[in-house]
Amino acid sequence: MALLTIQDLSLGYDSHKIVKDLNFSVNAGDYLCIVGENGSGKTTLMKSLLHLQDPISGQILAGDGLKANEIGYLPQQTVVQKDFPASVREIVLSGCQGRCGLRPFYNKEEKQLAAENMRRMGVMEFANRCYRELSGGQQQRVLLARALCATRKLLLLDEPVSGLDPKVTIDMYHLIKDLNSEGITIIMISHDIATAVRYASHILHIGSTTFFGTTQEYRKSDVGNFFIAQEGGDGNAC
Amino acid sequence: MLAKLGMYLQYPFVRYALMVGVLIALCSSLLGVTLVLKRFSFIGDGLSHVAFGAMAIASVLNLTNEMLLVLPVTAISAILLLRSGQNAKIKGDAAIAMISVGTLAFGYLIMNIFSTSSNLSGDVCSTLFGSTSILTLTPREVWLCAVLSIMVVVLFVLFYNKIFAVTFDEDFSKAVGTKAESYNLLIAIIIAVIIVLAMNLVGSLLISALVIFPALSAMRLFRSFKGVTVCSALLSVVCAFSGIIISILAGTPVGSTIVAVDVLAFAICCLAGRITGGA
Repeated sequence: MALLTIQDLSLGYDSHKIVKDLNFSVNAGDYLCIVGENGSGKTTLMKSLLHLQDPISGQILAGDGLKANEIGYLPQQTVVQKDFPASVREIVLSGCQGRCGLRPFYNKEEKQLAAENMRRMGVMEFANRCYRELSGGQQQRVLLARALCATRKLLLLDEPVSGLDPKVTIDMYHLIKDLNSEGITIIMISHDIATAVRYASHILHIGSTTFFGTTQEYRKSDVGNFFIAQEGGDGNAC
Repeated sequence: MLAKLGMYLQYPFVRYALMVGVLIALCSSLLGVTLVLKRFSFIGDGLSHVAFGAMAIASVLNLTNEMLLVLPVTAISAILLLRSGQNAKIKGDAAIAMISVGTLAFGYLIMNIFSTSSNLSGDVCSTLFGSTSILTLTPREVWLCAVLSIMVVVLFVLFYNKIFAVTFDEDFSKAVGTKAESYNLLIAIIIAVIIVLAMNLVGSLLISALVIFPALSAMRLFRSFKGVTVCSALLSVVCAFSGIIISILAGTPVGSTIVAVDVLAFAICCLAGRITGGA
Protein backbone atom coordinates (compact mmCIF):
# COMPACT_ATOMS: atom_id res chain seq x y z
CA MET A 1 0.00 0.00 0.00
CA ALA A 2 1.12 3.55 -0.71
CA LEU A 3 2.32 5.87 2.03
CA LEU A 4 -0.34 8.41 1.13
CA THR A 5 -3.32 7.93 -1.14
CA ILE A 6 -5.38 10.92 -2.19
CA GLN A 7 -8.85 10.23 -3.53
CA ASP A 8 -11.16 12.73 -5.24
CA LEU A 9 -9.80 15.55 -3.12
CA SER A 10 -11.33 19.01 -3.47
CA LEU A 11 -9.85 21.95 -1.61
CA GLY A 12 -10.68 25.59 -1.06
CA TYR A 13 -11.97 28.21 1.30
CA ASP A 14 -15.63 28.88 2.15
CA SER A 15 -16.92 26.38 -0.43
CA HIS A 16 -14.98 28.14 -3.18
CA LYS A 17 -13.06 25.30 -4.78
CA ILE A 18 -9.46 25.93 -5.78
CA VAL A 19 -8.49 22.33 -6.45
CA LYS A 20 -10.99 19.82 -7.82
CA ASP A 21 -11.07 16.02 -7.83
CA LEU A 22 -7.41 15.36 -7.22
CA ASN A 23 -6.19 11.77 -7.31
CA PHE A 24 -2.64 10.66 -6.64
CA SER A 25 -0.57 8.44 -4.42
CA VAL A 26 2.87 8.67 -2.86
CA ASN A 27 4.96 5.55 -2.24
CA ALA A 28 7.76 5.16 0.27
CA GLY A 29 10.98 6.57 -1.18
CA ASP A 30 9.30 8.84 -3.72
CA TYR A 31 10.40 12.42 -4.36
CA LEU A 32 7.26 14.27 -5.37
CA CYS A 33 7.34 17.86 -6.54
CA ILE A 34 4.15 19.87 -6.52
CA VAL A 35 4.28 22.62 -9.12
CA GLY A 36 1.73 25.10 -10.41
CA GLU A 37 1.01 28.78 -10.77
CA ASN A 38 0.60 31.13 -7.81
CA GLY A 39 -2.79 30.68 -6.19
CA SER A 40 -3.28 27.23 -7.71
CA GLY A 41 -3.61 25.76 -4.20
CA LYS A 42 -0.19 24.21 -3.59
CA THR A 43 0.10 25.38 0.00
CA THR A 44 -3.57 24.59 0.63
CA LEU A 45 -2.95 21.05 -0.61
CA MET A 46 0.04 20.69 1.69
CA LYS A 47 -1.92 21.97 4.68
CA SER A 48 -4.61 19.40 3.93
CA LEU A 49 -2.03 16.62 3.76
CA LEU A 50 -0.91 17.73 7.22
CA HIS A 51 -4.51 17.85 8.49
CA LEU A 52 -4.17 21.56 9.25
CA GLN A 53 -7.13 22.29 7.04
CA ASP A 54 -10.15 20.17 6.19
CA PRO A 55 -10.78 19.32 2.55
CA ILE A 56 -14.18 20.19 1.05
CA SER A 57 -14.54 16.61 -0.12
CA GLY A 58 -12.45 13.54 -0.78
CA GLN A 59 -10.06 11.55 1.34
CA ILE A 60 -6.43 11.45 2.38
CA LEU A 61 -5.49 7.92 3.37
CA ALA A 62 -2.27 7.06 5.16
CA GLY A 63 -0.74 3.63 4.61
CA ASP A 64 2.35 1.68 5.66
CA GLY A 65 1.59 2.42 9.30
CA LEU A 66 2.23 6.14 8.83
CA LYS A 67 0.90 8.03 11.83
CA ALA A 68 -0.21 11.66 11.68
CA ASN A 69 2.60 12.73 14.01
CA GLU A 70 5.30 11.05 11.95
CA ILE A 71 5.32 13.71 9.27
CA GLY A 72 8.08 16.28 9.20
CA TYR A 73 7.11 19.71 7.95
CA LEU A 74 9.18 22.63 6.72
CA PRO A 75 6.78 25.57 6.53
CA GLN A 76 7.38 28.90 4.89
CA GLN A 77 8.90 31.31 7.37
CA THR A 78 6.54 33.61 9.20
CA VAL A 79 7.12 37.24 10.18
CA VAL A 80 7.08 36.27 13.86
CA GLN A 81 10.06 33.94 13.45
CA LYS A 82 12.27 36.60 11.92
CA ASP A 83 12.89 38.31 15.27
CA PHE A 84 12.21 35.44 17.63
CA PRO A 85 14.73 35.12 20.46
CA ALA A 86 15.44 31.41 20.44
CA SER A 87 18.63 29.39 20.20
CA VAL A 88 19.10 26.87 17.41
CA ARG A 89 19.14 24.03 19.94
CA GLU A 90 15.76 25.05 21.36
CA ILE A 91 14.19 25.17 17.92
CA VAL A 92 15.54 21.82 16.75
CA LEU A 93 14.50 20.22 20.03
CA SER A 94 10.95 21.47 19.51
CA GLY A 95 10.78 19.04 16.58
CA CYS A 96 10.54 16.28 19.19
CA GLN A 97 7.33 17.67 20.69
CA GLY A 98 5.19 15.09 18.88
CA ARG A 99 7.06 12.28 20.66
CA CYS A 100 6.48 13.75 24.09
CA GLY A 101 2.72 13.64 24.22
CA LEU A 102 1.79 15.09 27.57
CA ARG A 103 5.22 14.60 29.14
CA PRO A 104 6.37 18.11 29.97
CA PHE A 105 10.11 17.82 29.37
CA TYR A 106 12.36 16.33 26.71
CA ASN A 107 14.29 13.22 27.71
CA LYS A 108 17.87 12.23 26.96
CA GLU A 109 16.97 10.25 23.87
CA GLU A 110 15.21 13.24 22.31
CA LYS A 111 18.10 15.55 23.12
CA GLN A 112 20.43 13.09 21.39
CA LEU A 113 18.14 12.92 18.39
CA ALA A 114 18.19 16.72 18.16
CA ALA A 115 21.99 16.78 18.39
CA GLU A 116 22.26 14.08 15.73
CA ASN A 117 20.04 15.99 13.34
CA MET A 118 21.90 19.24 13.97
CA ARG A 119 25.14 17.48 12.99
CA ARG A 120 23.43 15.93 9.96
CA MET A 121 22.33 19.37 8.74
CA GLY A 122 25.66 20.98 9.63
CA VAL A 123 24.25 23.44 12.15
CA MET A 124 25.85 21.95 15.26
CA GLU A 125 28.36 24.80 15.43
CA PHE A 126 25.47 27.27 15.75
CA ALA A 127 23.66 25.27 18.46
CA ASN A 128 23.78 28.08 21.00
CA ARG A 129 23.49 30.93 18.54
CA CYS A 130 20.32 32.93 18.13
CA TYR A 131 18.12 31.83 15.24
CA ARG A 132 17.49 35.34 13.95
CA GLU A 133 21.22 36.04 13.57
CA LEU A 134 21.70 33.21 11.06
CA SER A 135 21.64 33.60 7.30
CA GLY A 136 18.62 32.47 5.28
CA GLY A 137 20.24 29.20 4.24
CA GLN A 138 21.35 28.40 7.79
CA GLN A 139 17.84 29.12 9.09
CA GLN A 140 16.34 26.72 6.56
CA ARG A 141 18.80 24.01 7.61
CA VAL A 142 17.81 24.56 11.26
CA LEU A 143 14.13 24.15 10.35
CA LEU A 144 15.00 21.07 8.30
CA ALA A 145 16.81 19.57 11.31
CA ARG A 146 13.68 20.27 13.35
CA ALA A 147 11.51 18.55 10.75
CA LEU A 148 13.84 15.52 10.81
CA CYS A 149 13.35 15.23 14.57
CA ALA A 150 9.66 14.71 13.90
CA THR A 151 9.98 12.03 11.23
CA ARG A 152 12.00 9.19 9.76
CA LYS A 153 9.59 8.61 6.90
CA LEU A 154 7.98 11.60 5.25
CA LEU A 155 9.05 15.23 4.83
CA LEU A 156 6.79 17.95 3.49
CA LEU A 157 8.62 21.03 2.29
CA ASP A 158 6.89 24.28 1.37
CA GLU A 159 9.18 26.22 -1.01
CA PRO A 160 12.36 25.43 0.92
CA VAL A 161 14.55 27.65 -1.27
CA SER A 162 12.48 30.82 -1.47
CA GLY A 163 14.64 33.83 -0.69
CA LEU A 164 17.94 31.94 -0.84
CA ASP A 165 20.83 32.92 -3.11
CA PRO A 166 21.71 30.62 -6.06
CA LYS A 167 24.61 28.79 -4.44
CA VAL A 168 22.73 28.13 -1.21
CA THR A 169 19.71 27.05 -3.26
CA ILE A 170 21.77 24.36 -5.01
CA ASP A 171 23.22 23.20 -1.66
CA MET A 172 19.70 22.97 -0.27
CA TYR A 173 18.49 20.86 -3.23
CA HIS A 174 21.47 18.54 -2.80
CA LEU A 175 20.73 18.20 0.89
CA ILE A 176 17.11 17.28 0.18
CA LYS A 177 18.18 14.81 -2.52
CA ASP A 178 20.58 13.17 -0.05
CA LEU A 179 17.80 12.79 2.50
CA ASN A 180 15.67 11.17 -0.20
CA SER A 181 18.51 8.75 -1.03
CA GLU A 182 18.62 7.81 2.65
CA GLY A 183 15.04 6.60 2.26
CA ILE A 184 12.97 9.56 3.40
CA THR A 185 9.97 10.26 1.23
CA ILE A 186 9.86 13.88 0.07
CA ILE A 187 6.88 15.98 -0.95
CA MET A 188 8.01 19.45 -1.97
CA ILE A 189 6.28 22.54 -3.26
CA SER A 190 8.35 24.44 -5.78
CA HIS A 191 7.77 26.95 -8.48
CA ASP A 192 11.09 26.24 -10.04
CA ILE A 193 10.06 23.66 -12.64
CA ALA A 194 13.58 23.20 -14.04
CA THR A 195 14.93 21.94 -10.72
CA ALA A 196 11.75 20.01 -10.04
CA VAL A 197 12.24 17.86 -13.13
CA ARG A 198 15.95 17.48 -12.38
CA TYR A 199 15.57 16.07 -8.87
CA ALA A 200 12.04 14.70 -8.44
CA SER A 201 10.87 11.22 -9.26
CA HIS A 202 7.23 12.29 -9.58
CA ILE A 203 5.53 15.54 -10.54
CA LEU A 204 2.12 16.79 -9.52
CA HIS A 205 1.07 19.80 -11.55
CA ILE A 206 -2.02 21.63 -10.31
CA GLY A 207 -3.72 24.70 -11.64
CA SER A 208 -5.44 25.24 -14.97
CA THR A 209 -4.44 21.71 -15.97
CA THR A 210 -3.78 18.83 -13.63
CA PHE A 211 -1.04 16.29 -14.18
CA PHE A 212 0.30 13.49 -12.03
CA GLY A 213 2.97 11.02 -13.05
CA THR A 214 6.66 10.27 -13.10
CA THR A 215 9.11 12.93 -14.18
CA GLN A 216 9.72 11.15 -17.51
CA GLU A 217 6.02 11.15 -18.25
CA TYR A 218 5.84 14.84 -17.33
CA ARG A 219 8.63 15.71 -19.76
CA LYS A 220 6.69 14.00 -22.55
CA SER A 221 3.28 15.46 -21.65
CA ASP A 222 1.89 18.62 -23.27
CA VAL A 223 1.57 20.54 -20.02
CA GLY A 224 5.07 19.52 -18.97
CA ASN A 225 6.60 20.50 -22.31
CA PHE A 226 4.85 23.84 -22.23
CA PHE A 227 6.01 24.77 -18.74
CA ILE A 228 9.54 23.40 -19.05
CA ALA A 229 9.98 25.36 -22.29
CA GLN A 230 8.62 28.50 -20.66
CA GLU A 231 10.89 28.11 -17.67
CA GLY A 232 13.88 27.61 -19.96
CA GLY A 233 12.90 30.76 -21.83
CA ASP A 234 12.76 32.69 -18.57
CA GLY A 235 16.17 31.35 -17.63
CA ASN A 236 17.68 32.57 -20.91
CA ALA A 237 16.06 35.95 -20.54
CA CYS A 238 17.78 36.38 -17.21
CA MET B 1 15.86 55.65 55.73
CA LEU B 2 16.43 52.01 56.65
CA ALA B 3 14.86 52.65 60.02
CA LYS B 4 11.85 54.15 58.29
CA LEU B 5 11.62 51.14 56.01
CA GLY B 6 11.92 48.79 58.99
CA MET B 7 9.10 50.62 60.66
CA TYR B 8 6.87 50.29 57.62
CA LEU B 9 7.66 46.60 57.32
CA GLN B 10 6.19 46.13 60.80
CA TYR B 11 2.75 46.72 59.32
CA PRO B 12 1.16 43.60 57.86
CA PHE B 13 -0.42 45.52 54.96
CA VAL B 14 3.00 46.56 53.72
CA ARG B 15 4.21 42.97 53.82
CA TYR B 16 1.08 41.82 52.01
CA ALA B 17 1.58 44.46 49.33
CA LEU B 18 5.17 43.36 48.77
CA MET B 19 4.24 39.71 48.59
CA VAL B 20 1.35 40.17 46.22
CA GLY B 21 3.27 42.66 44.11
CA VAL B 22 6.22 40.36 43.59
CA LEU B 23 4.02 37.36 42.80
CA ILE B 24 1.96 39.25 40.24
CA ALA B 25 5.06 40.71 38.63
CA LEU B 26 6.51 37.22 38.32
CA CYS B 27 3.38 35.78 36.69
CA SER B 28 2.82 38.62 34.28
CA SER B 29 6.40 38.58 33.04
CA LEU B 30 6.34 34.83 32.32
CA LEU B 31 3.70 35.12 29.65
CA GLY B 32 4.85 38.53 28.52
CA VAL B 33 7.51 36.97 26.30
CA THR B 34 4.95 34.82 24.52
CA LEU B 35 2.50 37.69 24.12
CA VAL B 36 5.05 40.13 22.74
CA LEU B 37 6.25 37.53 20.24
CA LYS B 38 2.73 36.61 19.19
CA ARG B 39 2.12 40.32 18.48
CA PHE B 40 -0.38 40.59 21.30
CA SER B 41 1.41 43.25 23.33
CA PHE B 42 -1.77 45.18 23.87
CA ILE B 43 -3.88 42.26 25.05
CA GLY B 44 -3.12 43.24 28.63
CA ASP B 45 -4.63 46.64 28.07
CA GLY B 46 -7.66 45.26 26.22
CA LEU B 47 -8.40 42.57 28.77
CA SER B 48 -7.93 44.87 31.72
CA HIS B 49 -10.61 47.12 30.29
CA VAL B 50 -12.85 44.10 29.96
CA ALA B 51 -12.16 43.36 33.60
CA PHE B 52 -12.95 46.99 34.41
CA GLY B 53 -16.30 46.72 32.62
CA ALA B 54 -17.10 43.47 34.40
CA MET B 55 -16.12 45.01 37.72
CA ALA B 56 -18.50 47.91 37.08
CA ILE B 57 -21.33 45.49 36.44
CA ALA B 58 -20.40 43.49 39.53
CA SER B 59 -20.44 46.55 41.75
CA VAL B 60 -23.79 47.66 40.34
CA LEU B 61 -25.22 44.20 40.99
CA ASN B 62 -23.77 44.48 44.49
CA LEU B 63 -21.97 41.16 44.23
CA THR B 64 -20.03 40.37 47.38
CA ASN B 65 -17.29 38.58 45.49
CA GLU B 66 -16.45 40.47 42.32
CA MET B 67 -13.96 37.82 41.19
CA LEU B 68 -16.76 35.38 40.41
CA LEU B 69 -17.95 37.58 37.58
CA VAL B 70 -14.77 39.35 36.56
CA LEU B 71 -12.58 36.28 36.08
CA PRO B 72 -14.88 34.27 33.77
CA VAL B 73 -15.76 37.31 31.65
CA THR B 74 -12.08 38.21 31.21
CA ALA B 75 -11.16 34.61 30.45
CA ILE B 76 -13.83 34.35 27.76
CA SER B 77 -12.64 37.59 26.15
CA ALA B 78 -9.06 36.37 26.19
CA ILE B 79 -10.05 33.12 24.51
CA LEU B 80 -12.03 34.95 21.84
CA LEU B 81 -9.17 37.37 21.15
CA LEU B 82 -6.43 34.74 20.90
CA ARG B 83 -8.56 32.33 18.89
CA SER B 84 -9.50 34.83 16.27
CA GLY B 85 -5.88 35.93 15.95
CA GLN B 86 -5.03 33.95 12.85
CA ASN B 87 -7.64 34.28 10.13
CA ALA B 88 -10.39 36.43 11.54
CA LYS B 89 -12.16 39.10 9.54
CA ILE B 90 -11.13 41.65 12.17
CA LYS B 91 -7.40 41.32 12.79
CA GLY B 92 -5.80 40.95 16.23
CA ASP B 93 -4.84 44.57 16.91
CA ALA B 94 -8.17 45.95 15.71
CA ALA B 95 -10.11 43.38 17.73
CA ILE B 96 -8.16 44.27 20.87
CA ALA B 97 -8.69 48.00 20.29
CA MET B 98 -12.41 47.44 19.78
CA ILE B 99 -12.91 45.37 22.90
CA SER B 100 -10.66 47.62 24.94
CA VAL B 101 -12.38 50.88 24.14
CA GLY B 102 -15.86 49.39 24.04
CA THR B 103 -15.75 47.78 27.46
CA LEU B 104 -14.05 50.78 29.02
CA ALA B 105 -16.84 53.03 27.79
CA PHE B 106 -19.58 50.66 28.90
CA GLY B 107 -17.96 50.16 32.28
CA TYR B 108 -17.82 53.87 32.91
CA LEU B 109 -21.34 54.38 31.58
CA ILE B 110 -22.77 51.72 33.87
CA MET B 111 -20.87 53.08 36.86
CA ASN B 112 -22.12 56.56 36.08
CA ILE B 113 -25.78 55.63 35.68
CA PHE B 114 -26.19 53.12 38.47
CA SER B 115 -23.49 54.02 40.93
CA THR B 116 -24.48 54.39 44.55
CA SER B 117 -21.11 55.79 45.55
CA SER B 118 -20.75 59.50 46.18
CA ASN B 119 -17.14 59.59 45.02
CA LEU B 120 -17.51 58.28 41.47
CA SER B 121 -14.41 59.74 39.89
CA GLY B 122 -12.39 58.47 42.85
CA ASP B 123 -13.74 54.95 42.30
CA VAL B 124 -13.00 55.03 38.59
CA CYS B 125 -9.55 56.44 39.16
CA SER B 126 -8.59 53.75 41.64
CA THR B 127 -9.86 51.00 39.35
CA LEU B 128 -7.92 52.38 36.43
CA PHE B 129 -4.71 53.30 38.21
CA GLY B 130 -4.93 50.96 41.20
CA SER B 131 -3.97 53.84 43.44
CA THR B 132 -4.28 52.34 46.88
CA SER B 133 -6.05 49.01 46.62
CA ILE B 134 -2.83 47.03 47.00
CA LEU B 135 -2.39 48.60 50.44
CA THR B 136 -5.86 47.58 51.53
CA LEU B 137 -5.61 43.85 50.80
CA THR B 138 -7.20 41.44 53.24
CA PRO B 139 -5.40 38.23 54.25
CA ARG B 140 -7.98 36.25 52.25
CA GLU B 141 -7.14 38.18 49.08
CA VAL B 142 -3.46 37.64 49.69
CA TRP B 143 -4.00 33.90 49.97
CA LEU B 144 -6.14 33.77 46.85
CA CYS B 145 -3.51 35.72 44.97
CA ALA B 146 -0.70 33.48 46.25
CA VAL B 147 -2.52 30.29 45.29
CA LEU B 148 -3.40 31.54 41.80
CA SER B 149 0.14 32.81 41.21
CA ILE B 150 1.67 29.51 42.23
CA MET B 151 -0.75 27.73 39.89
CA VAL B 152 0.28 30.01 37.04
CA VAL B 153 3.98 29.40 37.66
CA VAL B 154 3.54 25.62 37.93
CA LEU B 155 1.45 25.46 34.75
CA PHE B 156 3.98 27.60 32.92
CA VAL B 157 6.92 25.43 33.96
CA LEU B 158 5.09 22.21 33.10
CA PHE B 159 4.05 23.42 29.67
CA TYR B 160 7.12 25.54 28.99
CA ASN B 161 8.32 23.46 26.04
CA LYS B 162 4.88 23.29 24.49
CA ILE B 163 4.30 27.01 24.93
CA PHE B 164 7.62 27.70 23.23
CA ALA B 165 6.79 25.36 20.34
CA VAL B 166 3.32 26.77 19.80
CA THR B 167 4.58 30.36 19.97
CA PHE B 168 7.42 29.76 17.55
CA ASP B 169 5.51 27.84 14.92
CA GLU B 170 1.87 26.96 15.38
CA ASP B 171 1.51 25.17 12.04
CA PHE B 172 4.47 22.91 12.68
CA SER B 173 3.15 22.06 16.14
CA LYS B 174 -0.23 21.11 14.75
CA ALA B 175 1.39 19.10 11.97
CA VAL B 176 3.34 16.94 14.43
CA GLY B 177 0.25 16.34 16.53
CA THR B 178 0.49 18.94 19.31
CA LYS B 179 -2.93 20.23 20.21
CA ALA B 180 -2.05 23.86 19.56
CA GLU B 181 -5.63 25.01 20.19
CA SER B 182 -5.62 23.59 23.71
CA TYR B 183 -2.37 25.33 24.49
CA ASN B 184 -3.64 28.62 23.10
CA LEU B 185 -6.67 28.17 25.33
CA LEU B 186 -4.41 27.52 28.31
CA ILE B 187 -2.37 30.63 27.52
CA ALA B 188 -5.58 32.68 27.23
CA ILE B 189 -6.90 31.50 30.59
CA ILE B 190 -3.59 32.11 32.34
CA ILE B 191 -3.47 35.62 30.89
CA ALA B 192 -6.98 36.34 32.13
CA VAL B 193 -6.07 35.16 35.63
CA ILE B 194 -2.92 37.28 35.65
CA ILE B 195 -4.75 40.38 34.52
CA VAL B 196 -7.50 40.10 37.07
CA LEU B 197 -4.81 39.64 39.72
CA ALA B 198 -2.71 42.50 38.43
CA MET B 199 -5.63 44.93 38.48
CA ASN B 200 -5.22 45.08 42.25
CA LEU B 201 -1.62 46.09 41.89
CA VAL B 202 -1.26 48.60 39.12
CA GLY B 203 -4.84 49.11 38.00
CA SER B 204 -6.14 48.31 34.57
CA LEU B 205 -4.35 51.05 32.64
CA LEU B 206 -0.84 50.00 33.58
CA ILE B 207 -1.13 46.24 33.22
CA SER B 208 0.30 46.27 29.70
CA ALA B 209 3.46 47.78 31.10
CA LEU B 210 3.81 44.96 33.59
CA VAL B 211 3.35 42.41 30.82
CA ILE B 212 5.57 43.84 28.09
CA PHE B 213 8.40 45.81 29.69
CA PRO B 214 10.27 42.94 31.37
CA ALA B 215 9.96 40.83 28.20
CA LEU B 216 11.22 43.60 25.94
CA SER B 217 14.08 44.44 28.31
CA ALA B 218 15.14 40.79 28.49
CA MET B 219 15.07 40.51 24.69
CA ARG B 220 17.72 43.24 24.49
CA LEU B 221 20.09 41.11 26.52
CA PHE B 222 19.45 37.44 25.77
CA ARG B 223 19.21 35.40 22.62
CA SER B 224 17.63 32.15 23.74
CA PHE B 225 14.02 31.70 24.76
CA LYS B 226 14.99 30.27 28.12
CA GLY B 227 17.39 33.15 28.77
CA VAL B 228 14.78 35.72 27.88
CA THR B 229 12.10 34.07 30.02
CA VAL B 230 14.29 33.72 33.12
CA CYS B 231 15.72 37.21 32.74
CA SER B 232 12.32 38.83 32.28
CA ALA B 233 10.97 37.05 35.36
CA LEU B 234 13.92 38.24 37.46
CA LEU B 235 13.76 41.77 36.11
CA SER B 236 10.06 41.99 36.73
CA VAL B 237 10.38 40.80 40.33
CA VAL B 238 13.24 43.19 41.07
CA CYS B 239 11.42 46.14 39.47
CA ALA B 240 8.16 45.42 41.30
CA PHE B 241 9.96 45.02 44.62
CA SER B 242 11.98 48.20 44.32
CA GLY B 243 8.97 50.04 42.88
CA ILE B 244 6.84 49.21 45.90
CA ILE B 245 9.63 50.12 48.35
CA ILE B 246 10.21 53.45 46.61
CA SER B 247 6.50 54.22 46.54
CA ILE B 248 6.24 53.53 50.28
CA LEU B 249 9.26 55.66 51.13
CA ALA B 250 8.47 58.50 48.76
CA GLY B 251 4.71 58.32 49.10
CA THR B 252 4.14 57.98 45.35
CA PRO B 253 1.32 55.90 43.73
CA VAL B 254 2.33 52.22 43.68
CA GLY B 255 1.33 51.33 40.11
CA SER B 256 2.95 54.24 38.35
CA THR B 257 6.13 53.89 40.42
CA ILE B 258 6.53 50.24 39.43
CA VAL B 259 6.03 51.10 35.77
CA ALA B 260 8.52 53.96 36.03
CA VAL B 261 11.09 51.53 37.42
CA ASP B 262 10.27 49.11 34.58
CA VAL B 263 10.85 51.84 32.00
CA LEU B 264 14.16 52.71 33.63
CA ALA B 265 15.19 49.04 33.55
CA PHE B 266 14.29 48.89 29.87
CA ALA B 267 16.49 51.89 29.13
CA ILE B 268 19.40 50.31 31.02
CA CYS B 269 18.91 47.00 29.18
CA CYS B 270 18.85 48.79 25.82
CA LEU B 271 22.12 50.47 26.65
CA ALA B 272 23.67 47.25 27.92
CA GLY B 273 22.50 45.44 24.80
CA ARG B 274 24.14 48.09 22.60
CA ILE B 275 27.42 47.85 24.48
CA THR B 276 27.60 44.05 24.38
CA GLY B 277 26.71 44.16 20.70
CA GLY B 278 23.33 42.51 21.00
CA ALA B 279 20.11 43.28 19.16
